[in-house]
Amino acid sequence: MGRSVSAPPAAQTSRAPGAAFILKKALISAFVALVLFSLMIGVRTEAGPQGQLVYWTRFDDLAVMVAAVFGGSILVELLRRWWGPVDAVRVVPPSVQSALSLAGRLVAPALLVFTFLVPVLFYNERYILDLAILVLTYVMLGWGLNVVVGLAGLLDLGYVAFYAVGAYSYALLATNFGLSFWICLPLAGILAAFWGVLLGFPVLRLRGDYLAIVTLAFGEIIRLVLINWQTLTGGPNGVTGIPRPTLFGIPLTPADDGLAALLGIEFSPTHRIVFLFYIILALALLTNWVTIRLRRLPLGRAWEALREDEVACRALGINTTTTKLTAFATGALFGGLAGAFFATRQGFISPESFTFHESALVLAIVVLGGMGSQLGVALAALTMIGGFELFRGLDQYRMLVFGMAMVLLMIWRPRGLVGHRAPTVFLKHSQAISSDLVKEGHG
Amino acid sequence: MSGDPILCVDRLSMRFGGIVAVNDLSFDAERRKITALIGPNGAGKTTVFNCITGFYKPTSGAIGLTHDDGRAIRLERLNDFRIAKLAKVARTFQNIRLFPGMTALENLMVAQHNALMRASGLTFLGLIGAPSWHHAEQAAIDLARIWLDRIGLLDRADDAAGNLPYGDQRRLEIARAMCTQPALLCLDEPAAGLNARESAALSELLLSIRADQGTSILLIEHDMSVVMQISDHVVVMDHGIKIAEGTPRQIRDDPKVIAAYLGADEEEAIAVMESGT
Repeated sequence: MGRSVSAPPAAQTSRAPGAAFILKKALISAFVALVLFSLMIGVRTEAGPQGQLVYWTRFDDLAVMVAAVFGGSILVELLRRWWGPVDAVRVVPPSVQSALSLAGRLVAPALLVFTFLVPVLFYNERYILDLAILVLTYVMLGWGLNVVVGLAGLLDLGYVAFYAVGAYSYALLATNFGLSFWICLPLAGILAAFWGVLLGFPVLRLRGDYLAIVTLAFGEIIRLVLINWQTLTGGPNGVTGIPRPTLFGIPLTPADDGLAALLGIEFSPTHRIVFLFYIILALALLTNWVTIRLRRLPLGRAWEALREDEVACRALGINTTTTKLTAFATGALFGGLAGAFFATRQGFISPESFTFHESALVLAIVVLGGMGSQLGVALAALTMIGGFELFRGLDQYRMLVFGMAMVLLMIWRPRGLVGHRAPTVFLKHSQAISSDLVKEGHG
Repeated sequence: MSGDPILCVDRLSMRFGGIVAVNDLSFDAERRKITALIGPNGAGKTTVFNCITGFYKPTSGAIGLTHDDGRAIRLERLNDFRIAKLAKVARTFQNIRLFPGMTALENLMVAQHNALMRASGLTFLGLIGAPSWHHAEQAAIDLARIWLDRIGLLDRADDAAGNLPYGDQRRLEIARAMCTQPALLCLDEPAAGLNARESAALSELLLSIRADQGTSILLIEHDMSVVMQISDHVVVMDHGIKIAEGTPRQIRDDPKVIAAYLGADEEEAIAVMESGT
């Protein structure tokens, strides 16, 4: 209510035709709100004890809502006026620009150092450590999917399938054959990459929407197979008792042969959490390192060229089939490694962990981060997973606030947090390429 | 036609449903010469190009390519990327198809994909940073630098290709095709949209490519000043068939050619007649 009282004078201070326009728009919005809310909020109906209709009016609530819409509309218009046209070129002083670019260069190293120190800084805060592990898992998944979607421009909605293949590979190999985590980890990656190639073959000819639908279906097929192949996967009950990783064969348990006993220190369950944290950090950094290396190799450049123009690639003698398959396989490999880690961290997996929601979340991280940008994906994973936790106090409004934040972010940065592309090779100096020129890929 | 042809198109036909785009077309392109394919709009020139470069599979006919070492390749039996990779035929497009979000240098590096892929040990040697890979990469950058210098874009090597002026993009596309080290270079209207000065620079570039690299060139062109100035041999098409071929001088005076152009487009016919004078 307070806003609507204070807003009209503010509107008067701006240019006269603008003020009239703002007021008119606010009145129309308020009227629409009145019509809509009069039945939804103004009249409350309920079934009485004998089944008859009981209703009462809540006109004060209705007035508050309409006033809020009126005030909000004025506020949004004023903000828009203050911000100026969306596509206007903003002149930034050179000093600010250079400071910003310096800050931009320092973000990645600072984040890396901070990440390494997380277990030291938050040793006693189990919740933060668990959250950090979760964020890093999604950073790794984002970086893996980034190869397929961001670099090669192939829209993959079924990425969770490879996550599931990796997780079940480790879980089944470890529980059935007693293989250790460190042997199963590469196996899980290879198996997932194999499934990546298998998915790649039928979708080679598909583009855009069609590709998205088939990959989506692939993700569901894997999940349904996991549910229904009860003799192998345990069906909906999942796989339990998945062994924890060991440090060169030394388990992190309170037993006599455990790490704590060997080092002569008191056992704490936090040791294992910290150990898991550094495992996923190492895996994520491996993903990042390989991706950065690949971008500078002919294969990675061919992925990006494929995203830019597939016909031109063929005219240059690039085998687009194998190029696409390698992109799928590489992305799947990292998904599989992350899956194996997920299985060993949870100790229990079931098909419920591998729903479409996961694919969508990882894809959202890649898109939000700025397709193709490693730093952007890491920041986006932090924002998405961390932000989701941050809003936990809002209870049922969490999704609403979170969704609104996403929408605002996409309006502000339509091409993601890091919206430019860094060249892979340069003669004199590397200059970032504006996202207007970079294609998003179409299949 | 006598001599040593690099490309022999023999009774090539291409049908799209009921439409005959190319009908029983035969012509040769000489080694280390510039052969021009001209004709009014819709004559089927680009279709011939797409057949030669593997984007279309011809309905019937044969396209033979003979390399300098005598190796003969039947192009109609290869498909898409293999023609560029194995037969060493490079092409440019009527509407420029650069990689706009990559720099000029990166465009030329992508063109050397197959050579670099071998040098990087199918990526594995490159991933571990083997010295042989670094040498190969440096050699590729040097080759790209040479071509950027030749097309006058050395200063803009690190600019996004999509940001370059139109004429520069045309030349960059030719340089990119040349970075695949082709035996035959197919250019689809390289002078389209260029001004007189840029056209002259293009003619010079093509002549120097023929002289220095010994690359055979096949080009489709509407700009008659370019065609008359640089072509060694001209093939004229109309409605999917060959109506004349010969030296630029013979073509210019051929009544059939003039009629074809007059019938199709008056301005182009006048351009044909005036360009040689």
